[in-house]
This record gives sequence, structure tokens and C-alpha cells, in this order.
Amino acid sequence: MEFKTLLTSVAIVAFSAGVVSAQEDATLAIEGETILTSAAAPAFADNLDTVYSGWLFRKLETRALQMDDFDNPAFVFVDQGIDLFEKVDGSEGKACASCHEDVEDFAGLRPSMPRVEDGTLVTMENLVNDCRTERMGAEPWKYTGGKMTAVTALIGLQSRGMTVDVAVDGNAAPFFERGKELYYQRVGQLDMSCSNCHEDNYGTMIRADHLSQGQINGFPTYRLKNAKLNSAHARFKGCMKNIRATPFKVGGDEFKALELYLKLRISSSNIKTKSATK
Amino acid sequence: MAKGVKPRVKVPKTAAAGEVITIKTLISHKMESGVRKDGDGNVIPRSIINRFVADFNGQNVIDVTLQPAISTNPYFQFDAMVPEAGEFKFTWYDDDGSVYETSKKIKIA
Repeated sequence: MEFKTLLTSVAIVAFSAGVVSAQEDATLAIEGETILTSAAAPAFADNLDTVYSGWLFRKLETRALQMDDFDNPAFVFVDQGIDLFEKVDGSEGKACASCHEDVEDFAGLRPSMPRVEDGTLVTMENLVNDCRTERMGAEPWKYTGGKMTAVTALIGLQSRGMTVDVAVDGNAAPFFERGKELYYQRVGQLDMSCSNCHEDNYGTMIRADHLSQGQINGFPTYRLKNAKLNSAHARFKGCMKNIRATPFKVGGDEFKALELYLKLRISSSNIKTKSATK
Repeated sequence: MAKGVKPRVKVPKTAAAGEVITIKTLISHKMESGVRKDGDGNVIPRSIINRFVADFNGQNVIDVTLQPAISTNPYFQFDAMVPEAGEFKFTWYDDDGSVYETSKKIKIA
């Protein structure tokens, strides 16, 4: 019912500048904790006044999933993450938990990722795999694989409700510029850029899908479509395939720069890891 | 026994006598159909949860027969009246003979 009103309102304002169709009055409270779902857009996002959480673009049923940790299917995978965190692996006979005794110590890490270390952009996945290869003597996990997303989701969960706080100045500046360039770069057979959907047309329908602004603060996120956690890079890849482009390498420089740029766009909103979407 | 099976149950810790409470259960389970093949071409044996039972102090609350079309990680939500303090016992039966159990105590407040 509410969804229909939503569509009507979209149709009415579709031709005016700055389409706002998300239900701004809805409140996202997870386990009693209120999460910010909209905020003023940062100055460099020229075409946006307000950034909206993807949660506002979902159906009521899907929204409800995210408001209760038991109902949220992502928590099945967070549980797997807890097991993996404590599982000894590799030649050193160590588990994540051998060094990082309490996973709650990671509170505040996710909102600050990706960050620049020694001139390279480092993501959460890089940190996990560095630990695995260097300290545990174990094989690195696949960048977007199930074990990786389970553990990054567990780490990200510790920062739920915190404000995204990624550095843009200094060493990060060139990566930010690269990310911005990629965001507005038209690619693929359909000749589309990220901005064509997520800036110019958010709130409208693209076939059966309600376009959001494409915020990535909730990733890795559970998608009902494939019933597993999806990392941000896997989603970038999916988007690029949809516009008939050749996707960049998952975990490569391009996607990492894009991740940084997108993260900055929501730098004023609250982080909300482990969302359930579509 | 199927790998990675973990029952999860949400029951309020306390309730008033005679109160109707909502119970949520979810078991992480692959629900292997028995028609898939592994990398070597061998059939992966069927492993589907075929029955779910909830008891309260030995008295049956719900008894569900699950059919093969039920999705992975089956989720059940149901209401139950709590006449007295006691323990809910939840049992899942797997095709491969495994039985997964968990229980939750509830107090009368």
C-alpha cells in the first residue's frame, strides 16, 4: 500500500530536479538502537543534496528483516564468522582470536576503511588476508568468498551505528580523485556510469528494481536474491556486468578507489553494517 | 551429519502465566536436495530436515513435517501459551538420521 503511494510520488516529481522518493519519515531502529538513514550530502557530491540509506528504498517486508537481528538472515553468516574467527588455521597454529582476543576491539575499524598505508590503499579484505598469510601462515581467502564476507561482516558489525569516518586528505587524495573519475566514467555497451543510475535516477524503477543511491556502508550485505553475504566489490562487479561492461578485477586498484570514493560520500551518515536488501 | 548446522532460537526469558509468547527458530542447514553432484561427478547424498518439533515440559507445542521444497536455513515463527515456568525443547530431524536439539528455559514473572 505504502509502496504504491511511493511510486505515485515518484511519477509526479520525476521531472523536477532532485528527485526524492525515499520515505524520509521512516525510522530504522535495530534492536532498539536508532540508525540514521539520511544526512546532508558532502560538498564534493555535486549532484546530491541529501544522502539516503538504501534501507529507505526497500519494501516494508525487507525493511522489517533488517530491524531484528534474529530475522536478519545475514546473522547466520555472522555466526559462521564467529566460528571462523576462533578456528586455528595455517602453519603458525593460530586463529584470529589468538591475537585479537575480543572481536569487539574492532569497533571503529570498519568506518575508517579503506585507508592508505605506505602509499597503497588498503581494504578490510586486505587486512584479513595480510593477517592470514603473514601471521597465521595460512592460505589467503578469496576476496569475495564466503569465509571472507563472514569474517568482514563480523568485524563490521562491531561498528554498527558509528559514523563513517574515512580520510580524504593527504595520501588518500589521489585515490579519491581516481574513484571519483571512475564513478562518472561511462563504460560498457550501454554506455552508463554509476552516476546515471545512482545519482540521476535514484528512487525510480529500473525494471523491477527500485534504484537506491548505491551506498556501500552496509556491506557486506545479505541479498535475498542469492541468499548469501555480498561484498561491495562483488556488487560493483554485478553492476558493471549489468551495463555490459567488462568488470574490473575484484580487489583491484580501480574497485578499491571506487570503494573509498563511495565511502566518502556517506562520510557523514551512520555506518550500518549487515543490512538485508532485496 | 551435514556440515555447519547450528540451531538458533529466540524465546523471551520471562513471561506472565498464561501469556501467549512468540517463538522464532532458525536452523542453518544446507537442505541438500540429493540431485546435485560434487566436483568429481558423484551425487551428494540427500540431507533435508524432514521434521521439526517443539515441546514444552514434555508436552507437544508444534510438530511440523517439512517437504523437500523448503528452502535452506528453514525459519519457523509460532505462538505458544506459557502456563508455568519450564523449558522449551526444540528438535530437528535430518534425512541422514542426525537429530539437532536445543532448549530454552522460561521463567514466570
